Amino acid sequence: MTLIESEVKAKLKTFIAKNFLLGKDPGSLKDGDSFLDTGIVDSTGVLEFVAFLQETWSVETADDELTMENFDSINNLAGFVLKKAA
Amino acid sequence: MASAVFSKDVLKLDCAAEVAKISGIMQEYAQKCRKRGVVVALSGGIDSSVTAALSVVALGSERVFGLHMPERDSSGETLGLSQSISTHFGFASIVEELTPILESVGCYARRDEAIRSAIPEYGPGWKSKIVLPNVIEHVGFNFYSVVAQSPNGEQIKKRLPLEAYLQIVAATNFKQRVRKMLEYYHADRLNHLTTGTPNRLEYDQGFFVKLGDGAADIKPIAHLYKSQVYQLAEHLGVPVEVRKRPPTTDTYSLSQGQDEFYFSLPYDQMDLCLYGKNHGVATGVVAEAIGLTAEQVGRVYKDIDVKRRSTQYLHLKPKLMEDVSELTGV
Repeated sequence: MTLIESEVKAKLKTFIAKNFLLGKDPGSLKDGDSFLDTGIVDSTGVLEFVAFLQETWSVETADDELTMENFDSINNLAGFVLKKAA
Repeated sequence: MASAVFSKDVLKLDCAAEVAKISGIMQEYAQKCRKRGVVVALSGGIDSSVTAALSVVALGSERVFGLHMPERDSSGETLGLSQSISTHFGFASIVEELTPILESVGCYARRDEAIRSAIPEYGPGWKSKIVLPNVIEHVGFNFYSVVAQSPNGEQIKKRLPLEAYLQIVAATNFKQRVRKMLEYYHADRLNHLTTGTPNRLEYDQGFFVKLGDGAADIKPIAHLYKSQVYQLAEHLGVPVEVRKRPPTTDTYSLSQGQDEFYFSLPYDQMDLCLYGKNHGVATGVVAEAIGLTAEQVGRVYKDIDVKRRSTQYLHLKPKLMEDVSELTGV
């Protein structure tokens, strides 16, 4: 199955809004904004992303893939999902 | 601050003045609360020992009551060390055995169930602990792994999925909360205050359990870096066996240093990083003083911020929907 970047990002945004913002509008959160810098996600939140990626796209995350480059923004996460699902 | 003067000496205390200050505040606060003494939970570690010694200076040994609260996973030396403190400083104390209470609330069973979800082989006779990657070597997010050791010594390490991690922490938090429940029982019975024993590193970085060891009426050493607590320990005459004991969580059945469970560095280096960050000292200057690279100290600085953010709620009071202004200043 070929994933489309815009659809992956849309699912991630819906998950962020529902799960981390408890239904509040993500408002000004941009695709490139750092989750850690904006304070939206902490290390517990990253584990929630790991479970979400597994459930949604069957993407398994190894320990050494739990990096900022893969998990610290919508852009980074979408890139990671597309790379792993390819 | 110039690099020439940045060394461990920045944490040097005037111990006599510090003891006078702390004991004065403790005495005044107990009086303000109309309490007659303090209860100190003794772990055999440096922080509770110094808290007890300061309490004796502030209020006299007859107004200090010690609790020794070992449980199944406590190290074999814990009880002897904690009893050496009450004996040495001459205050009354009792042993409260925690294991039956913890069994009845399901502390061990709930924890073991969560460990088995990650390591199915885990069972009777096994030991365990949870560990963080070392911030100095690891560039990514913090995540906990469980380490389990079989009765024949074989070790298995697995990254914890969210549910298992949260359940292990929630179950082991019973230990700190049951201890605090017993501390308040004795404090109420004796008309005493309870003490909290975090040092500055622990208090700042959220290394405590909310309504567990984080709950207390007075926290005499929360403003002191751990190296300073050791200085006070020596000044107050805390027995050398306690001063030489490596810092431990004494919470998991496998031996676990505080630096693998929570802090990224041994306490003496961590103290200087926290001090450096708090005082705007450049990472390169701190790095030179503690033998790391500037990049590594930069990671520690960032980790300090991450932990401050993620544990902020531990410090918060319950949120009210409106101020109850009549109680302001009471």
